Amino acid sequence: MTSVTAPRPKFPPLEGELRPDARPSGRQRLTRAAFGRNPIGMLFGAPYALFIALLFAYPLFLAVWISFHSYFFAAPGVSVPRPFVGLANYTAVLTDPAVRQAFVNIAIFLVINVPLTVILSLLLATALNAAIPFRAFFRTSYYVPYVTASVATIGVFLFILSPGGIFNHVLGPLAPVPSWLVNQNWAMPSVAIYVTWKSLGFFILLYLAALQNVPEELYEAAKVDGASWWHRLRAVTIPGVRQVTTLVSLLAIITGANLFTEPYLLTAGGGPDGKSASPVWLIYQSGIEQNHPDFASALGVLLVILVLLISAGVWLLQRRQA
Amino acid sequence: MTQTASAAEAGATSTAASDDVPTIEPRASRSWWRLILLLIGAAVFLFPFYYMIVGSLQKTANTTLSGTLPQPGNITLHNYGQINAALGLGRAIINSGIFTGGVLLGTLVLGILAGYALAQLRFRGRGLLFAFMLLLLMVPFQLLIIPLYVIIVRNYGLGNNYLGMIAPFAINSTAVFIFRQYFLQVPKELFDSARIDGANELRVLTRIALPLVRPAVLTAMLLTFIGPWNEFLWPFLITKEQGLQPLAVALGNYIETVSGVATNPYGAIMAGSFVLALPAVVLFVIFQRHFVTVNIGSAVKG
Repeated sequence: MTSVTAPRPKFPPLEGELRPDARPSGRQRLTRAAFGRNPIGMLFGAPYALFIALLFAYPLFLAVWISFHSYFFAAPGVSVPRPFVGLANYTAVLTDPAVRQAFVNIAIFLVINVPLTVILSLLLATALNAAIPFRAFFRTSYYVPYVTASVATIGVFLFILSPGGIFNHVLGPLAPVPSWLVNQNWAMPSVAIYVTWKSLGFFILLYLAALQNVPEELYEAAKVDGASWWHRLRAVTIPGVRQVTTLVSLLAIITGANLFTEPYLLTAGGGPDGKSASPVWLIYQSGIEQNHPDFASALGVLLVILVLLISAGVWLLQRRQA
Repeated sequence: MTQTASAAEAGATSTAASDDVPTIEPRASRSWWRLILLLIGAAVFLFPFYYMIVGSLQKTANTTLSGTLPQPGNITLHNYGQINAALGLGRAIINSGIFTGGVLLGTLVLGILAGYALAQLRFRGRGLLFAFMLLLLMVPFQLLIIPLYVIIVRNYGLGNNYLGMIAPFAINSTAVFIFRQYFLQVPKELFDSARIDGANELRVLTRIALPLVRPAVLTAMLLTFIGPWNEFLWPFLITKEQGLQPLAVALGNYIETVSGVATNPYGAIMAGSFVLALPAVVLFVIFQRHFVTVNIGSAVKG
C-alpha cells in the first residue's frame, strides 16, 4: 500500500557520527524512555489524536453502547430510560429481511464492480503507460468523474437512464421495461456500473503508478526471451500491480457497504422494493427516519466488524501471495 | 552507489515520459491500439459531462439522439434561473465554501503536523496513533453516522451549524496518510544537520520538510477539497435549514422532492449539477499535473 502512493527512493546513509542522537546523556536517556526520542511529536500529534478520540473512538464506543440498549430520540431535555436489552437489537437486525436484501444487493454490487474495475482500469492504465499523444488529456478525463460530486453525476445518470432517456432511445426495443433504475433486476447493476464509472479514474491512477514502478528491465528481459504480450502481462505486469488489485477489492467492499447517495437519489430510496438498498441506506432509514437508532447502531457495529474482518482477510491473502 | 544513481535516473526518465510530449513509438501499430482504447475511454468518461451541459441548456428536454447536439431553437438559460430560484445558488455555494474551507484549514495545519510526527519523530504513542489512523481509514465514516448524529446534534446541539458540519471531517485522514508517506521519503539525515544547528522541530518542519514535499501538500489539498465539497450524507443529516445547506445537499433535496413540479425538471437538475461539478473539475484540470506520484529522489539529489 505504501509503495503504491509513492516510490521510496534509496539514499546512501550518511556517516554515523553526524547523527545528533548518537550519544545521549543520562537525563536525555530518561526522557527518551518516558516520551520517546522526540517528545515534541506528542505535541504535534495531539490535535489529531484528540480528533480521533472525540470523533472516531468515542462514537465507535457509543455505537456499541447504543446497540445494547433500547434507545430512541426523545424531545430535547427530556430524560428517558434506556434499558439494557442485551442482544435484542442484533437479533432484530439479523432476522430483518430488509437487511438480508441489502447484503444480497452488496454481493451483486461486488460481483459486477470488482472485476469490471480491475479489468478496465488495468487496461486503460497499461494503455496510458507509454509515450502517447494527449496523455495528460486522457488522464484528466478519466479522473473527472471521480472528483465530481455524486449528486451532480447522479443528476446526469437520472437523465440518461430515465424511461424515455437517451440510453433507452439508443437501445430501442432492447431497453428493459420497466427502465433501468426502477427495474427490480437492473437497479443494483445500474448502481454498480455507475459507481465503476465514477471511481475508475482513481484506480487507473493507482495502477499507472504501480506500472511505472515495475522495472523496465523486467519487460526487456521478457522481450529478449521472446515472451508474448499475454505472457508479459501475466508474468510481469499482474504480479507488479498486485497490491493495487488488493486495494481495489478492499475499497470495493467498503464502498458497497457505504453506498448512500446512490440508493437515495439514483434509485429513489433503495428502490424498487429495497432491491438497491445498501446497509448505510438502512442505517439512515431505520435510525433517523424511523427513530430506531438502537437497531441502526447494531447494524453499524456489525458492518464495522465485517469491514475489518474482510479487510484483514484480503490483507492476509495478499501477504501470503507476496 | 552507481546502482542507486542509475535507479534514480530511471525514475527521472519515467517522470519525463509522463509529460505530454508526443514521441515516436518504435512500433506504430501498438500505439494505434492504445490510442483507440484511450479515446473510447475518454468518450465514455466525458459524455455525461457534455450531456450535462447540453441538457442544462434545453428549453424542453430532448432525449433523442438529436438532443445530444445543441439545437439552436431549443437553447435557453432559463434552467439556471429556475435552479437559482429554487435553491439560492449563491447562498448554497457560500455554505459549501465555508464547509470546505474549514476542512482544508484543519487538514492543512493539524494534518501536516500529525503526518510529520508520524513519519519523522519518535515519540511515545506514535504506534498507537498510526494504528488508529489506519483503523480510521478502514472504518467508513458512514457507519458511524448514528453515534455522530447523537453526539453532534443531540448532545452538543450543533445541528444546522457549520461547526457541526465540519467537525467529523476536520482532519482528513487520507491527507495525513499522504503527508506521512511523503515525509517518510525525506531522508532523516537531511534534518539532522538542521537540528545540530539548533533549529527547533517546527522550524525543521516548515523550512526543510515542507518545501520538499510541496507537491504532496497540493495533492493532499486537492483530495481534501473534493471530500466536503462533494459530501452529501453528513450535511444532509444535520442541516434541515435550507439557508445553511451546501450546494450538494440543496441540489440532492431538489432532485428528491421539487423536481416533479418544475417545467423541465431535468434541465434544472442539469443546470444545478453543472454548477456543483464545475469548481472541482476546473481545479483538477488546472492542477492535473500534481496528480502524478512525485519522485522526491531527484529533488533531494538536485
